Amino acid sequence: MAEPARAKPKPTPETQHFWDGTQAGELRLQRCDACANVYFPPRPFCPSCASREVSVFKASGKGRLYSYVINHRPAAPGFTPPYAIAVVELDEGPRMMSNIIDCPQTPEALELDMKLEVAFEKLDDKITLPMFRPAKA
Amino acid sequence: MRRNQVAVVGAAETTELGVIPNMSQIQLHADAALNAIADAGLKLSDIDGIATAVETPQQIAHYLGITPTWVDGTSVGGCSFMLHVRHAAAAIEAGLCKTVLITHAESGKSMIGKLPRSIPADSLQGQFEAPFGIYGPPSMFPIPVLRYMKTYGITHEQIAMVAVVQREWAAKNPRATMKDPITVADVLNSRMIAYPFRLLQCCLVTDGGGALILTSADRAKDFPRKPVYILGTGESVETPMVSQMETFNSSRAFKVAGPTAFKEAGITHKDVDHLMIYDAFAHLPLYGLGDLGFMPHEETGKFIADGNTRPGGKLPLNTNGGGLSYMHSGMYGMYALQESVRQMRGIAPAQVRDAKISVCHGVGGMFAASGTIIFTNEK
Repeated sequence: MAEPARAKPKPTPETQHFWDGTQAGELRLQRCDACANVYFPPRPFCPSCASREVSVFKASGKGRLYSYVINHRPAAPGFTPPYAIAVVELDEGPRMMSNIIDCPQTPEALELDMKLEVAFEKLDDKITLPMFRPAKA
Repeated sequence: MRRNQVAVVGAAETTELGVIPNMSQIQLHADAALNAIADAGLKLSDIDGIATAVETPQQIAHYLGITPTWVDGTSVGGCSFMLHVRHAAAAIEAGLCKTVLITHAESGKSMIGKLPRSIPADSLQGQFEAPFGIYGPPSMFPIPVLRYMKTYGITHEQIAMVAVVQREWAAKNPRATMKDPITVADVLNSRMIAYPFRLLQCCLVTDGGGALILTSADRAKDFPRKPVYILGTGESVETPMVSQMETFNSSRAFKVAGPTAFKEAGITHKDVDHLMIYDAFAHLPLYGLGDLGFMPHEETGKFIADGNTRPGGKLPLNTNGGGLSYMHSGMYGMYALQESVRQMRGIAPAQVRDAKISVCHGVGGMFAASGTIIFTNEK
């Protein structure tokens, strides 16, 4: 029997550009053309000023470790504990949940505010997830 | 809303709490409801308003045989019942109904007749949180706490003390699930669940329920129990995604609900004799003390570690033992309300002497929602 797989996102019309971006190796965010607010998760209007004039742009992919847990039990399908569930604060402002790769999953290695950069992990032909790894100095 | 216009005249939990393998979830609702109706000296036919969460009001109304003229199915997680109390008070004042029954029950442990909870893959949470390994509240609720600790200089030992102190309260409550004393070392050596939280910093998983009956203060005098008046109320929601909170240094929903209730009640923090802060996990009382304005967040850990919230302390907090030691069926808010009502009636097992004002603060989801009810036993 196959190993249980990790939960897979199913894009909607409003989020498709984000998932197209990760497949193309880009972390895409949205910026309001009226008030310049940068926001996440995706939606076709600005949650700050309600303008529908918004643009998609390629983010720097850089951020810092805002907070996390190291999950031991129960583990989600497709995960081998212990694994960190992290929230990354992007340089552009928004925060997003992700996992930290290429790094021991320990409190000692996972220092709050450590610099991170995006890395892309392909799940299948349709979905690539945005992950983060410690930034190269 | 005007103060003291509506009162709790019936309050009860399920006949048993803990592991109840001989009752389905809906029957737990009924058991709690029938106990509360008996407590109020009413008949089922006296109920003309009904509110519940997770289960639908139509499910509960039909099962109990109630024909309501007012219905509230607000379901925002474990504090839904605080919101029901607020909405019911407004409805009674507005004349939409006279006697409201609020029920909660959950077969959280035995899982009999319990609706499955799942995250759709095309929801925002399904797309932007679920793929990264969240799996149940222990993997999500503690995510903000490391940031909170760093910002305010809170220590692991101070947060462990939340569990230690609440166990002291639980020891005084015969119906509490966990009553044996514990130490900070016990907490910090218990099984790791989701770093930084260990088993004893996570809520229990139990079966049970509770129900409340509210009516106008004018009628409340004629009921068998001492009326407990609604002095102030507040509510808010923030986000269903913990990763998208405005900040991990506080809860926006707490900061709206709590102060709204204090303002409505017209009281200051010094007036509070008894406090309940929904503790699904050990960091919540710290967030609550700070966001409700009892003290700056920097002082919350030390305040609890110094014993101010323990039996005999100056601010008795979570006097039933809380979700960490009393019981936690999944949506704990109802049990916090029950304890506030017991304290205001003067019949709590760990009664706070001469308590006149009780603040009951709830959380829903992972900081997704909040409701605050301030009770008094003096009109």
